[in-house]
Amino acid sequence: MSQVRVLVGTRKGAFILTSDGTRDKWEVSGPHFAGWEIYHINGSPADQNRLYASQTSGWFGQVMQRSNDGGQTWEAVGNEFTYDGVPGTHMWYDGTPHPWEFKRVWHLEPSLSDPDTVYAGVEDAALFRTTDGGTSWHELSGLRKHGSGAGWQPGAGGLGLHTIILDPSNPQRIIIAISAAGVFRTDDGGDTWRPANRGLKSKYLPDPNAEVGYCVHNLAMHPSRPDTLFMQLHWNVMRSDDAADSWQLISGNLPSDFGFPVAVNSQEPNTVYVVPIKSDSEHFVPDAKLRVYRNRTGGDEWEALTNGLPQENCYVNVLRDAMAVDLLDPCGVYFGTTGGQVYVSPDGGDHWSAIVHDLPAVLPVEVQTLP
Amino acid sequence: MIRVELPYHLRTLARVGAEVEIDVEGAVTQRSIVDAIEDRYPMLRGTIRDHVTKQRRPFLRFFACEEDLSHQDSNTPLPAAVAAGTEPFMIIGAIAGG
Repeated sequence: MSQVRVLVGTRKGAFILTSDGTRDKWEVSGPHFAGWEIYHINGSPADQNRLYASQTSGWFGQVMQRSNDGGQTWEAVGNEFTYDGVPGTHMWYDGTPHPWEFKRVWHLEPSLSDPDTVYAGVEDAALFRTTDGGTSWHELSGLRKHGSGAGWQPGAGGLGLHTIILDPSNPQRIIIAISAAGVFRTDDGGDTWRPANRGLKSKYLPDPNAEVGYCVHNLAMHPSRPDTLFMQLHWNVMRSDDAADSWQLISGNLPSDFGFPVAVNSQEPNTVYVVPIKSDSEHFVPDAKLRVYRNRTGGDEWEALTNGLPQENCYVNVLRDAMAVDLLDPCGVYFGTTGGQVYVSPDGGDHWSAIVHDLPAVLPVEVQTLP
Repeated sequence: MIRVELPYHLRTLARVGAEVEIDVEGAVTQRSIVDAIEDRYPMLRGTIRDHVTKQRRPFLRFFACEEDLSHQDSNTPLPAAVAAGTEPFMIIGAIAGG
């Protein structure tokens, strides 16, 4: 029977949750790296025992960790992220130029085919890659040196590159997202990039047709349909069917179209999940009810999923990397909250239960489906 | 032999106890001590000072012999008691952030 390994990063360490394919009984290991913020933890699709973690601290900076045995043991690997050439400036909150400064790794996306190759999205926004298992990291500087880079401005959480989508049908195509610059795409393996934000709207931008400046929160893709992407924008949920060349609004009947994560059901490429959040001023769920919303057509009709989730006195948030799916049928859906719960639905969202409910605030949740 | 005290999170990262002993060649300075620490414990590179600028990370402090030496030039010789190994060189995390 298949197994599921859920990788959870929190404000105070990493936890690994494992179950068999029933996804009913769980074993919990951790905290790994106790006391450190784990901004991301992810596994290689090419070698499921190879894991990478971004371990950060306001005191001690960035540490990178690698495991070769599914998270039982870890070793620190290279943590030097040096921008290519003279980094120059981006735009600060007040509109003045501000030097590019590395702060932390927000997201790790292992290659689909090589366990030693990993992409890292960092703050201040840039894309790095290792091809030696994390020993050394090198910037794909064509992104940051795109003509718009000097005008990129941080979102409230910083100028972070937080989403990396690798196209399984085209190794040369990568789509990334930056808060608050927007979506960018390369079709030549990362040498050159172009903005991919047509159709996005932001009430904060004076120019309604601005090429960049969008606070994209998260993107999701089903591997069988790499040209179809779903987006949680700061406000608005969007869809693209041309690999981010253009975007259409699908917020429909959501109670709030503000939120952070978006995920696609592994068995149903048109079934999409988001977690509406009340507003960008109040980062908790609307009406004190924790509701995942499911869209079965990829259009703009959403249904609330509540069975097993708290429906009163709930004031948690679900962050952008904190929702994931497994590859089983029916698809398991997982998300973590700032209240320290990690929920699972083993039936595509119909029923939910908490695997753990007293962890530190959850940052990322990733899932591995093991043979 | 130079004695160096590390803060808790760097001890766990390097998998050592509260105090480590290192050899330093030449003058005993903040820079030569951190150089030696990083040579012996490569996982600590970048956690005490910046990889490139070699500047001390802002929320760390260097103490020895009941003095805060954090703002001394990193090439200034440290007190004789540190060089002699009778007093430790202390790397301390700021009490900040809750």
